[in-house]
Amino acid sequence: MINGTSHIILQAQGITKRWPGVLALDSVYFNVYAGQVNAVVGENGAGKSTLMNILSGTYTEYEGRVLLNGEEIRFKNTADAQRAGISMIHQELNLVPCLSVAENIFLGREPQTPFGTIDYREMYRQAEEILDCLQFTEDIRRPVSDLRVGRQQVVEIAKALSFDARVLIMDEPTSSLSENETTLLFKTIASLTAKGVGIVYITHKMDELTQIANRVTVLRDGRFVSESEVSDTPVEEIIRLMVGRERKDLFVKRSHPVGEKRLEARNVCLRSEEGSKHIVKDISFEAHASEVLGIYGLMGAGRTELFETIFGLHGRRGTGTLLIGDRRVMPRNPKEAIGHGIALIPEDRKTDGLVLEMDIARNIALASLDRVLKGGVLHFRGERAQAEGFRRKFDIKSHSVRQKAQELSGGNQQKVVLSKWLLTDPDILLLDEPTRGIDINAKNEIYRLIDHLAGKGMAIVVISSELPEIMAVSDRIITLCEGRLTGEFFREEFSEEKILKASLPEK
Amino acid sequence: MIPIALKPKFNASFLQHLFALALMVLAMTLLSDKFATADNLFNVMRQISVNLCISVGMTLVILTGGIDLSVGSILAFSGAIAAGLVEWGIGITGIDAFIGFTFFGVVLAALIAGGALGWFNGLMITRFKVPPFVATLAMLTMARGFTMLYTGGFPITGLGYTFAFVGTGWWLGIPMPVWVSIGVIALFTFFMRKTKTGRYIYAVGGNEKATRLSGVNVRRVKMVVYTLAGVLSAVAGILVTARLDSAQPNAGMGYELDSIAAVVIGGTSLNGGKGSIIGTVIGALIIGVLNNGLVLLNVSPFWQQVIKGMVILLAVIIEKAGRKKD
Ligand SMILES: Nc1ncnc2c1ncn2[C@@H]1O[C@H](COP(=O)(O)OP(=O)(O)OP(=O)(O)O)[C@@H](O)[C@H]1O
Ligand SMILES: [Mg+2]
Repeated sequence: MINGTSHIILQAQGITKRWPGVLALDSVYFNVYAGQVNAVVGENGAGKSTLMNILSGTYTEYEGRVLLNGEEIRFKNTADAQRAGISMIHQELNLVPCLSVAENIFLGREPQTPFGTIDYREMYRQAEEILDCLQFTEDIRRPVSDLRVGRQQVVEIAKALSFDARVLIMDEPTSSLSENETTLLFKTIASLTAKGVGIVYITHKMDELTQIANRVTVLRDGRFVSESEVSDTPVEEIIRLMVGRERKDLFVKRSHPVGEKRLEARNVCLRSEEGSKHIVKDISFEAHASEVLGIYGLMGAGRTELFETIFGLHGRRGTGTLLIGDRRVMPRNPKEAIGHGIALIPEDRKTDGLVLEMDIARNIALASLDRVLKGGVLHFRGERAQAEGFRRKFDIKSHSVRQKAQELSGGNQQKVVLSKWLLTDPDILLLDEPTRGIDINAKNEIYRLIDHLAGKGMAIVVISSELPEIMAVSDRIITLCEGRLTGEFFREEFSEEKILKASLPEK
Repeated sequence: MIPIALKPKFNASFLQHLFALALMVLAMTLLSDKFATADNLFNVMRQISVNLCISVGMTLVILTGGIDLSVGSILAFSGAIAAGLVEWGIGITGIDAFIGFTFFGVVLAALIAGGALGWFNGLMITRFKVPPFVATLAMLTMARGFTMLYTGGFPITGLGYTFAFVGTGWWLGIPMPVWVSIGVIALFTFFMRKTKTGRYIYAVGGNEKATRLSGVNVRRVKMVVYTLAGVLSAVAGILVTARLDSAQPNAGMGYELDSIAAVVIGGTSLNGGKGSIIGTVIGALIIGVLNNGLVLLNVSPFWQQVIKGMVILLAVIIEKAGRKKD
């Protein structure tokens, strides 16, 4: 079992996993080589997360064998797997919001004093040690709920690292990281592989493959397709293996004549909870019909908060004026915002986007229940039919619209959120990281959708941390940094360099 | 992803509950020859109808992720109001006269009284951010206090023919209180399944933030829920008062426990978002049959309490075990 210089630590052989109504994995093979980055790719719903959940002891019921160093093993739970040296960073965050950063990292394994109480000093020391390598500068005594998603992700990574893992599974770890954080993560990964740790790396970003991965395994529709060296597999080939057909044309933006002004935001501010500082400071911008306005900025620049303020989520803490058509408003809650024709597709689908217990149809209908009222009463058949339309249009992988949102793969959940908001038929669409966790094909579909909606006269504002993405879809880009507006660029003047520079704090 | 079969339409845990209930009825029938008599069965149903009304309200509250401990006290308060209005009407200060009430006037007033207290619960919870446990605990004692103040600590008796009919009468061979609870169940099953507000109640319990972001007025939903729980406690209060032909100041004490038990046994999650009225109905039936059976079997009241606690635990454990299989 030697491949070059490294051996296989962990192996999955003929793994089959059934959910009610779905065969998520069908006799899948997968090898994790020590000291290498083993990438796993596949479309949304291909079974990547499911496979990793089996290898890390989260799902205990499956057919097939898991071999650790050549010996068959069956984990009873995740703690069991962690003891065996396998640790996983899940696609969706799994932190306890009210506990501090350090407490989260050592949850269940807190260092103890001789009296059996928690040894906080030791805990903070160890936590700092790990977090320093990740350049995490926030206070580790603060609850993680105070952190933005990107920073929380760093905490997850620190947690997984704290186990001294021999196999570290990362399920789309960079989906909410900034470029900086990503670079740091890659450095950490390099130092881990140097120590012989086998990394499993799930991603939808093809450029990451060539940057860090050694081997790549492709899954499609729950089946194993191929395993190969990244260096002798061109990206085009990988994509072809993933989708099972030639890739559709790359997205090319059509340009539409920019229409009238739809939204003008004037001096939008957001005070922090204690009221001492401003998270969003005096931001003014305009959005026009048929125009896609991109907002670029690093994590923590106040992009999400800007959207939330406009959408009325922060009530009185948000100030400023919105001019919508000829109305001057400042929504005090999302309901008002929706009434003004605004829709917000939030960054975190699990906490902000979906009611996980509800099925696809009900999630899609939630923001526009009036549409499915018939004589004041909910009309189930209509509700399902409208959801069915979206399910087809976006190819939401599910056995029916009655399937719970919880049971969908990450990317497909995102499509449900998107559907929900498109159903409200907004004039102004705010998209916060709309392609987070979305596979290549679906990503292009979303770009095309944005383009199409703009063509129909919608005013669209998109946040993205991916520079190539935002440059591809936007007509105009504004940059934010530390809560302020720092630049504006029209399509003719787009350049990675200029935009990035404008979004960095001046030193 | 290959579809194998469509998901079963029937909720497996619902059938499980139904099965548990059937088992229990069977056991009681075998153990006691008094159980399966018409007299006793109607008696059980009459008793259960009170808990059913409360538990339907409790289900709504728990579905939003809250809890209502004040149902028993609100029951007593609205029962007392009903009896008081029949007996005394509302005195007009200064002159020696009072306003009398018709039957429907009395019922309406009692429902409004219960609803008002529930509304106050909701106000504390949504406006002043008092946790539901605390807000309704406070109401538990306040409403009891109001009841004592209003009645002077004595029962109010003699409510007249119409009330006696509601409490002990029959219609089409079925006791009136049972009709009332059937009405409540039907109405609220419809409400929860088919109306916007019903849907929002599930959504708020499932994910409050996502629901708010979807443009739902979460505060209003919670106000509605606590108010309805108050109204339903008042319905139960009227039933109890009518059956005894008297309002007891300490009526309904501890009723919150039986109703929470019914909701939990019925499979509604205390975290909210998951559960159903019909589940609660079965939960209430299980509790009711158990209460009755233990009395028939001459189990000492002390043991009755122990056994009831064990059944609650067992029900939840079985439920969890059933769900754990991925
Ligand atoms: N708890 C569950 N119950 C039922 N079906 C499930 C459950 N979890 C996942 N599935 C189904 O299994 C399939 C594989 O899902 P999985 O999450 O592994 O996909 P993925 O490859 O990680 O996709 P993504 O890139 O979107 O994260 C999907 O069709 C999904 O709907
Ligand atoms: Mg996944």
